[in-house]
Amino acid sequence: MVLVKGITSGFLTRETYLIIGSVFTISNLLLVLSFSKTTNNDKLIDWEYLGLIFRRINPYLWSAIGISCAIGLSVVGAAWGIFITGSSLAGAAIKAPRITSKNLISIIFCEAVAIYGVIVAIILQTKVEFAPRMPDGSYSDRSMFSGYAILASGITVGLANLVCGICVGTVGSSCALSDAQNPALFVKILVIEIFGSALGLFGVIVGIIISGNVAFKNPADA
Amino acid sequence: MFNTKDGFLEATVRGCVGGFLRTEDYSNLQQCETVEDIKLYLTSTDYGSLLQNEASPTHPSLIVRCCLKKIVQDFSFFDLVKAAEPLSTFLQYLKYGYMIDNIVLMVTGAMHEREVTELLDKCHPLGMFDSIASLGAVSNLRELHRIVLVDTPISAYFGECFRDENLDEVNIEILRNSLYKAYLKDFFRLSQMLGGLTAEVMKEILCFEADRRAVNITINSIGTELSRDDRQKLFSDFGHMHPEGQRDLALCRDFEQVVSVIVNSTYQNILQKSTSEEMNIDKVFYETEVMKCSSMFAQQFHYGIFYAYLKLREQEVRNLMWLSECIAQDQKYRIVDGVISIF
Repeated sequence: MVLVKGITSGFLTRETYLIIGSVFTISNLLLVLSFSKTTNNDKLIDWEYLGLIFRRINPYLWSAIGISCAIGLSVVGAAWGIFITGSSLAGAAIKAPRITSKNLISIIFCEAVAIYGVIVAIILQTKVEFAPRMPDGSYSDRSMFSGYAILASGITVGLANLVCGICVGTVGSSCALSDAQNPALFVKILVIEIFGSALGLFGVIVGIIISGNVAFKNPADA
Repeated sequence: MFNTKDGFLEATVRGCVGGFLRTEDYSNLQQCETVEDIKLYLTSTDYGSLLQNEASPTHPSLIVRCCLKKIVQDFSFFDLVKAAEPLSTFLQYLKYGYMIDNIVLMVTGAMHEREVTELLDKCHPLGMFDSIASLGAVSNLRELHRIVLVDTPISAYFGECFRDENLDEVNIEILRNSLYKAYLKDFFRLSQMLGGLTAEVMKEILCFEADRRAVNITINSIGTELSRDDRQKLFSDFGHMHPEGQRDLALCRDFEQVVSVIVNSTYQNILQKSTSEEMNIDKVFYETEVMKCSSMFAQQFHYGIFYAYLKLREQEVRNLMWLSECIAQDQKYRIVDGVISIF
């Protein structure tokens, strides 16, 4: 906070110097420590061991995070879009009641974004299946791959639908406002809205492709 | 995130904008023969519900009063739906300008010993406040502040113009302008604090307003005993003409000099078209204001449209007033001089 204030106010105060200095020192210390060797030739921070923690995370956790991202972020996007469109639509409809039924289309477009999320979440969920651990307690490479693939797919779909929902919502609200002023504009803006909602579909397609090869069990074992 | 709180009202005000009289309406109105015809024509527009119940001998002032009622109606709707926090303050600020005008009107009226009720009738309905009726009784500034205005939001603007002088014509004008200066400054601060698009559009329009006031002050003070320093003190401390243009304005001694100062400033292109003939600076500024206000509607998600809406309505009332007065006094050829169509 002080740092930001110091920098934005144009000159560096004494506190700012202190903070910058200490951040520098600490980060340098960490760097030096992590690469320096102790007496018996071990690194102080064992990066390989640290990586092992990640490798040991259960692939089912990754897939659960992926699935919840897919549905959760999509719903956030859809809700965001609907409240942007809905509030404008309600206000504009006071003076021009004829626009309501036509502009429900914008709301439906936003809703579709949430439906994409639901569909992808269901698809991903059906791919998750039980696979036994290896004898040493770890999971097979195939299981790990599947976990990561579902995570990636879910995040892709979720983020794409989040921004798609905001986009459709903003355009939809402008659509309602301009339709209230001039009915001729409705169809033209609807075209823009359709292109906006296509963005979410791209995310869905890529997400499905990413999760296409997912199989927790080795097909040969089944 | 703008729409969570303010989307509804924004859309509503845009809906109200759809009810403005358009260029076709104005050209139709110009064909009217009597004030009665104007009334008949207006019943088919947004003013219909307000006008149709009025008794028959129509007077221009009746039309104006109906238009004002329309503004109040729209505005009280905004109050009714309870605007959320930053917007409600913004809407309150829009009223302060009218309050200042009303105060000045009351005080001047009282000085000429008019009836209080008659004066109250003339006040702008948006600028009403509880203690306004007692304004007629005050005789100097300190009293004005202590008795009447202390409870109103205006009292904060009194700080700098706090003198013990008696009220007379010049003093009241000075009072009005210094109040307005403080008000504009405060409004400017508020809109900059709101940030984002609001800050951007409001900066433009408030700078314009500040410049217009500076020019008006200069024109009105030419030939009076107001000294240059006093004049400069009344200018706002922002605006497109701040500070060079304002310094030049303060030195102006006749109307031609004022025009040349304006031409040298950012406003050269708006004056160019009208400098040739006998032009009316007021009208040019009004035209520019209408232009700026209607361009505000090109952007979404900001508070500027509330300001623009109010200013455009004001212009519409001015148009209708001019129109009906011209027709009532049988001077139809002058209609074109005073009417600025909005869309």
